[in-house]
Amino acid sequence: MYKRIAFTVNGKAYDFEVDVRESLLDVLRSHLGFTGAKQGCGVGECGACSVLIDGVPTDTCIYLAVWADGKEIRTIEGVAEKNGELSEVQKAFVDEGAVQCGFCTPGLVLTTTALKESGKDYTREELKRELSGHLCRCTGYQNILKAAEKSLEGHVCTCVDSPHYKGE
Amino acid sequence: MAYTVVGKSVRRVDAVAKVTGKAKYTDDFAERNMLVGKILHSPYAHALVKSIDVSKAKALPGVEAVLTYKDLPDIRYATAIPGIIEAIATDDVTVAELKYGTAGHPYSLEESHRDKEDRNILTQKARFVGDNIAAVVATDELTASKALKLIEVEYELLEVLTSTDAALKEGAPLIHDDCEGNILSAKGYEIGNLEEALQESDHVIEGEYETSIVQHCHLENQVSHAYVDSDRRIVIMTSTQIPHIVRRIVAQSLGISWGRVRVIKPYIGGGFGNKQDVCIEPLNAAMSLAVGGRPVRLELSREESMIDTRTRHAFKFKIRTGINNDGKINGIHISAVSNTGAYASHGHSIASSGGGKFRYLYPTKALKYDPITVYTNLPVAGAMRGYGTPQIFFAFESHIEDIAKQLNLDPIEIRKKNVVKEGHVDPLSKNTIRSCSIRECIDKGRELIKWDAKKALYKDQTGDIRRGLGMACFSYASGTYPVALELAGARIVMNQDGSVQLQLGATEIGQGSDTVFAQMVAEVLGIPMYMVHVISTQDTDITPFDTGSYASRQTYVSGMAVEKAALEVKTKVLAFASSMTDVPAHLLDLKEQAVVFKDSGEKVLGLEVVAMQSYYDRVNAQPITSDVSNNARINAIPFGVTFAEVEVDMKTGKIKILEIYNVHDSGKIVNPLLAEGQVHGGVSMAIGYALSEQLLFDEKTGKPLNNNLLDYKLPTIMDTPDIGAAFVEKEDPTGPFGVKSLGEPPIVSPAPAIRNAVLDATEVAFNRIPMNPQRVFEKFKEKGLI
Repeated sequence: MYKRIAFTVNGKAYDFEVDVRESLLDVLRSHLGFTGAKQGCGVGECGACSVLIDGVPTDTCIYLAVWADGKEIRTIEGVAEKNGELSEVQKAFVDEGAVQCGFCTPGLVLTTTALKESGKDYTREELKRELSGHLCRCTGYQNILKAAEKSLEGHVCTCVDSPHYKGE
Repeated sequence: MAYTVVGKSVRRVDAVAKVTGKAKYTDDFAERNMLVGKILHSPYAHALVKSIDVSKAKALPGVEAVLTYKDLPDIRYATAIPGIIEAIATDDVTVAELKYGTAGHPYSLEESHRDKEDRNILTQKARFVGDNIAAVVATDELTASKALKLIEVEYELLEVLTSTDAALKEGAPLIHDDCEGNILSAKGYEIGNLEEALQESDHVIEGEYETSIVQHCHLENQVSHAYVDSDRRIVIMTSTQIPHIVRRIVAQSLGISWGRVRVIKPYIGGGFGNKQDVCIEPLNAAMSLAVGGRPVRLELSREESMIDTRTRHAFKFKIRTGINNDGKINGIHISAVSNTGAYASHGHSIASSGGGKFRYLYPTKALKYDPITVYTNLPVAGAMRGYGTPQIFFAFESHIEDIAKQLNLDPIEIRKKNVVKEGHVDPLSKNTIRSCSIRECIDKGRELIKWDAKKALYKDQTGDIRRGLGMACFSYASGTYPVALELAGARIVMNQDGSVQLQLGATEIGQGSDTVFAQMVAEVLGIPMYMVHVISTQDTDITPFDTGSYASRQTYVSGMAVEKAALEVKTKVLAFASSMTDVPAHLLDLKEQAVVFKDSGEKVLGLEVVAMQSYYDRVNAQPITSDVSNNARINAIPFGVTFAEVEVDMKTGKIKILEIYNVHDSGKIVNPLLAEGQVHGGVSMAIGYALSEQLLFDEKTGKPLNNNLLDYKLPTIMDTPDIGAAFVEKEDPTGPFGVKSLGEPPIVSPAPAIRNAVLDATEVAFNRIPMNPQRVFEKFKEKGLI
């Protein structure tokens, strides 16, 4: 069975028919080409498929595409500025060494972005709790937490302008 | 030595691609309307397929092919595109008869040194719950799943052997017909005269230790795409650590010549050794062959990945140590039984390898190691970060702690008294310890955790909440020399503007190797990082030969090839500049994108001027490139230590890590930020190993009980304490820029350090990990503490 739905992804409107059984993850990846959202478990355990739906971090592998009708979706492809400049959260992840294999990174950047945009203050423990829906096997979460803390402090980038990359 | 780029925490070369979602992983390359492959797994741990009926599955609309062990030979002769697949096949060997080894080791020209060939692509005999009985190729995932349910299999059930004890019992059924006693291998060693050494010791102390089965849990499951191209070659894109080895093993599994396979490796979502094995690619290739070479996607679910790829071997150890009153160890005897599961994979080499890397830490007059590796009806154990060392070091570093306690010796002093010194030559591998800072590492860790002050503070605790301190040491290796070939390749092409492309056979799997290789090139050529373009994708048609990412070999072994390639480019640049200026090349150097006078630093020519001339000089044009291989017939031994402080709730058995530090002697650190990241990840994985992770099986049926990320207790951010990473940097004379390995070492020593801290806090010795709440509770109850 197919159903017609409409939503926006990163500000762009889409209006099309989906198989009612399809997850939002499948639709984003296979039909619309937003491959930044990753499948790590398919059952909502790991957080790699997270996107922001009306600003809320959501596991898209267990979120039916039809539920997204009328919603605003933001994927990792929509986080940087249009001219390619990284967002402050992205810069913090780069500078703090929070990226290794990169498979969990899009989800974590998006959740951190939602926290930053909420304008709320978080203690370290609260921040950990907010990020605990994302599994990472590479980093031991150390630099991810640092990057998230830095993002929420109004992070100022240093490394991208370091002498090793000057002139880029 | 003073370096410009090496030793600096420059940004990862792939960081921007990864934070923007632009980094593409295997499944991000999926084509529209690609066929989908799925596997029928055995529900029984040990059973023979008596009959298999696929007619209903085949009749389902949307099903393109159904494969069983019986169909595999037909793939090549019947169902394929006429004239194409036949040409791939060699003579009269049928695929069903072909057995192959899956371990990601370099091939050996000596037959006796090759991996055990005990696997078929699809099997008639199920050897574990999850074994591959049949496979379906369909137009979509739902159809493929439905088709699996329509395959009718009649099994004859055989006795299930889940423990090594059961598998070793006299008269136990054979899991592999050609393997007597279910013993895959028993390769140990003896140095000196053990019995003599034990006899002349003041004490002989014994202990028994045990580790459990754990899993890698890389975030990206195994996934690959396969098709046959117009040149009649099988092309496989896959999430692997070892593209060149995958190419060989796929060819072997299908009985075709190796040049008929092309393997492409894009970014991968973690591996930790599980992708140093060939799990799905042969079947994926067979699936494509079965549908005339059309593209087929094969992706394992998390539940499949946790049982049908590889796990870490569970070991049981018995140790006897002869020691004098002053703490000097005379002799050690370690017996080990390793549970390798249903197929060999790396099993035959892991027990030996762990024992080999252990040997470097405490050289003694006599050392005997007796490992046996046993087949059972559990999922296949294979390579996982540390490759046998987390097991043996958990055992011995727990044991030495027990000895210290028993003899009332200081746990730090007993280790310091026995650890190796520079200049030691290992009697078996003949590897020489050319740099060793283990003592400095111990001193640094002791200081970081404030050992002495806290030890005094935590004396004679009696309350419900008790604290303790523990430590443990390790030794490792940088690559596999002299056991296996250590060949690496690198290629550099200089562009007209003086920037370069760096191509490697070595694989980036998240550890940051692309970045450190770029740093090495930037250092040698005197150019900034942004002028080094690393080609991160490996394609066996294009990239230089290198066996891949494993054994913590790449920064050391592949780094040698990178340095060599960069030095060759430098030599050519200086020669070209000399031809342009008549200044002798030996007076020149490269610095800050320019050819300069070596002594004064005065600029002679801009690098871009030389590079441009090398392309377009009407007489002498010859673009500057290098393409080198390096066969590293040498090894460097890294060392390190973990210090841990724990708090134990005596009423509930909950163990909390308050502080933990890993201090590493890995030679020169090329990129401190990335190096710390390796330590964080390794320690975190080890905390899971010590406290929470265990893949559980029903003992009678071999059925997995927790093969998902909810029930398998992988540490979350909430479970992970602050992890301290520190280095004692002393350049090793053999490594490029003085490096030694770092990828795997961080996982080796935290588990015993945590165990020793718990012992210090509670007086209870846990000789089996994980120390999860259930086990701690039971043990406290047994000891009458609860």
